[in-house]
Amino acid sequence: MTVTAAFFYLFATITIASGFMVIASRNPVQSVLFLILAFVNAAGLFLLMGAEFLAMILVIVYVGAVAVLFLFVVMMLDVDFAALRQGFLQYLPIGGLIGLILLLELILVVGTYTIDPGLVRSPQVPIPSADVMTNTEAIGQVLYTRYFYFFQAAGLILLVAMIGAIVLTLRERVGVRRQDITKQNARTQETAVEVRKVPFRQGI
Amino acid sequence: MVIGLGHYLTVAAVLFTLGVFGIFINRKNVIVILMSIELILLAVNINMVAFSTHLNDIVGQVFAMLILTVAAAEAAIGLAILVVFFRNRGSIAVEDVNMMRG
Repeated sequence: MTVTAAFFYLFATITIASGFMVIASRNPVQSVLFLILAFVNAAGLFLLMGAEFLAMILVIVYVGAVAVLFLFVVMMLDVDFAALRQGFLQYLPIGGLIGLILLLELILVVGTYTIDPGLVRSPQVPIPSADVMTNTEAIGQVLYTRYFYFFQAAGLILLVAMIGAIVLTLRERVGVRRQDITKQNARTQETAVEVRKVPFRQGI
Repeated sequence: MVIGLGHYLTVAAVLFTLGVFGIFINRKNVIVILMSIELILLAVNINMVAFSTHLNDIVGQVFAMLILTVAAAEAAIGLAILVVFFRNRGSIAVEDVNMMRG
């Protein structure tokens, strides 16, 4: 139990500290790297809670795809980041005030809530114990049956995001010779080849 | 010492607040704003999974996967818009975005 507590405090501290560094860091590349650290430690928290599949998905999707995408964009865009930090201190008081109020409210809620005991006794789909089936198996048995439309909707969201990102960033450059297959196929022998009778010893 | 639901909810609350705070103080830098949104969604995910394991109900983890999907889609679209905006304007200052207003 003490090992669990020690790991909880380790992961929680690093998650919060790196979350703070994400928003406070001067260099956006460092921000992205701290974001990756926060995600990995949040995956550790998920593991402690027993959601192994989500922990692995978090590492694969967030760290492997989203954070790398961020890193790619940050490094690709040639932005003067020093100029973007001009208003940093200007917004600090109001931002700090709102953040403090929000945090106080959330901690009040967390400190005073109680859960209806009937809710604990009647879960929608109870989590099977680890020796019956793994977490991944349990999620799969619910996701592909009960929440199948949900799963399809998630796929549609990803499809729309993919098409949207491609359409937004696709750029037609002028002056680039592209292959036009319909044009190529529309050529006949008459338009493509010219047959000439060359007179002897004269050339064309 | 038993680590209960309250501990995880506190971590999620702090992370959520950091995300909101980050949106406020990085008003000009869209990339950090997008990262702050990711932090907020991560906090929501921690809440979802914490309640899921506390209430012994796996549906919370299924919903957390959907949140993850939406977060990934949002990041992709947001960064695509950012790239297009940078291509047109040569900067990513959010204050210039209101050039479309009449």
